[in-house]
Amino acid sequence: MSQTQRDLLYSDVEEDLRASVRDLLKAKAGAEALLARVETAEPYDLKLWRTLADEVGVAGLAVPEELGGHGASAREVAVVAEELGRSVAPVPFLGSVVLATTALVHVGARDFVGRLAAGQAIGALAVPLSTAPGAGFPSSVTASADGTVSGRVGTVADASVADLLVVPAAGPDGPALYVVSAADATVSELVSFDLTRRVADVALENAPATLVASGPEAAAALEQALLFGAGILASEQTGVAEWALTETVTYLKGRYQFGRPVGGFQSLKHRLANLYTDLVLARAAARNAADALATGTDVPISVAVAQARNAPIAVRATEEAIQLHGGIGMTWEHPAHLYLKRAKADEIALGTPGRHRARLAELIDLPA
Amino acid sequence: MTVTAEDLTRQATEFLASHDPKTTDRLEFLRARFDAGLAWIHFPAGLGGQNAPRALQSVVDAVFTEAGAPDNNPRRIGIGLGMAAPTILAFGTPEQRERFLRPLWTGEEVWCQLFSEPGAGSDLAALGTRAVRDGDDWIVTGQKVWTSGAHESQWAILVTRTDPDVPKHQGMTYFLCDMTAPGVEVRPLRQITGEAEFNEVFLTDVRIPDTQRLGAVGEGWKVAQTTLMNERVAIGGHVQPREGGLIGIVAKTWRERPELRTPELRDRLVKHWVEAETLRLAGTRLRQQLAVGAPGPEGSAMKVAFSELNQALTGLEVELLGEKGLAYDDWTFRRPAIVDFTGREAGYRYLRAKGNSIEGGTSEVLRNIIAERVLGLPSEPRVDKDVAWKDLPR
Repeated sequence: MSQTQRDLLYSDVEEDLRASVRDLLKAKAGAEALLARVETAEPYDLKLWRTLADEVGVAGLAVPEELGGHGASAREVAVVAEELGRSVAPVPFLGSVVLATTALVHVGARDFVGRLAAGQAIGALAVPLSTAPGAGFPSSVTASADGTVSGRVGTVADASVADLLVVPAAGPDGPALYVVSAADATVSELVSFDLTRRVADVALENAPATLVASGPEAAAALEQALLFGAGILASEQTGVAEWALTETVTYLKGRYQFGRPVGGFQSLKHRLANLYTDLVLARAAARNAADALATGTDVPISVAVAQARNAPIAVRATEEAIQLHGGIGMTWEHPAHLYLKRAKADEIALGTPGRHRARLAELIDLPA
Repeated sequence: MTVTAEDLTRQATEFLASHDPKTTDRLEFLRARFDAGLAWIHFPAGLGGQNAPRALQSVVDAVFTEAGAPDNNPRRIGIGLGMAAPTILAFGTPEQRERFLRPLWTGEEVWCQLFSEPGAGSDLAALGTRAVRDGDDWIVTGQKVWTSGAHESQWAILVTRTDPDVPKHQGMTYFLCDMTAPGVEVRPLRQITGEAEFNEVFLTDVRIPDTQRLGAVGEGWKVAQTTLMNERVAIGGHVQPREGGLIGIVAKTWRERPELRTPELRDRLVKHWVEAETLRLAGTRLRQQLAVGAPGPEGSAMKVAFSELNQALTGLEVELLGEKGLAYDDWTFRRPAIVDFTGREAGYRYLRAKGNSIEGGTSEVLRNIIAERVLGLPSEPRVDKDVAWKDLPR
């Protein structure tokens, strides 16, 4: 367990990246814009996504340069995730950059990776968003000898805006990873609990598919994508929790009742101090997971710890935000519910905290 | 020119070549190390350091440890190193720095802290131990409490009330008190664990020369703030390896004693393991921030979280042990030199951990500090702000 060389801070380059992303999101994904969009026919902001992909370069951030990317690492991806969590901007970052691209980079699928990294296509990883690292290879899709795939996958993140689907399937020779054009699949967006990250059912019926990996390599690519996703999600959760704390503190300083700012009452101050304490821990766990993924050291434990701790922190922070805002927090017009919905969906995404603890117990040898 | 890690390694190696730890007397060795500027390297030259970056201390310490050199037993003299020394450095006269810092660092003189009083705990600024000027001396009378190690100390940092007619924060003065002076009486204060780490200290007409005053008359609160700030740094900045703290003890029991396991205890244990690991990471992160000269305000938050974890974890440990949890290792009234969390058994740890959320600032006060100083929320009402100390209700 090499834990001693961890860099848990943000580098200057990472802070610059954060500033670019934050400025853009501030300008283009404010609370009003988010709320105005959620019930329209275009819940995703693909214009914003293209700016993020082209101008900031987030689509190919962690893709090696020889595959057409920027050659950064999980550390930078995590910083972007933190900012996207802070804004709950409706862009397909998790599905495309974090999950689909990671799987395809792992198998070296040069053409597909090139398109994703250049922002020419959006990808999605065709597994239920609730899939945890360490879960068995899925078998709901099967591949035929003729190179087509058939089956159904429920609750795929960001699939409704994807051009490419990365599909784990039971092939004639065991586990295999395919790429299917979304045009050859039936993708039905569900009424999603998380309004700013949609999930969709994917139905495949003898869909033409390109085999990109098979056997252990396919299983390893899927596992890598899930671990990467779960580790990066811890940074998103940190951003969500930080928004909830900052917003609530600001509100309670300006909200007067009984002739004084509500934020001066000790019972509320202490609850906010507890949220701050949570945030200190969440940031350390998230940075540790990002650095583990970037350096390839101690990954499964670091990711499990970060998910086990950060998912409940984001949920608690957003729940407290609703409560401490009082009546206004319960309204549709206030953005707090978008964050609560994101935090609660994130708790299920890529493994619940309980699943991560169960896996961790095995990894650290605390037997039943 | 800033000193580099290579410079320090070379200096330490050269020092060891001329002072063989195997043949040099322990005290002579420590004094020489101090005089060579290799004690606390961030201190000024001539006072045990060389104005080097504090982050490089571990480089020097590693060379000495590697060579099997004697250390100054830092756990025994923690209050001197962590609290008295930085305050003397910040506010001491050249004579005071010269007189006190060297024997403090070598451990020849052990220090304790005379701050809290029966009537001034969380509200330290309400303290009432009186110091009255008498020629070149001060005459001090009052009672202090929760004084760790008072019975083994030669010196104390002491805060007193010198002007009762002004509001509480203004009328205090800070002294360095000789614990062997006539009128200083130390009585052990027995705790719920059975032992007495702490003492009550009664001061009756204790004569302190004005040359042992630290900082200006009436500036005691400002000086005490420096001491307390360093206490928080010392508590919050501690870094452990994975499973290095109490969690390691409980995890070991879990692994070795399958007959004790239940699913419910396992859920709780894994949650505590996650919390311990996350706190360890937050501590590492805080230390990295300090090393690049960007200390954050996270220390108070970590202390709150650390107390809660310790209490929950030690509670689980007693429960896990079942039958054995009904026994206690030893209620004998002793006066230990240091807190021995790991050398005692689960029941002791459980009881001792109750103090974690009280000592060094209660969790309630720390939450106020986080809310007000970090989050910028309104302060608690200050009904005593403009009232002379002598007129405060008590």
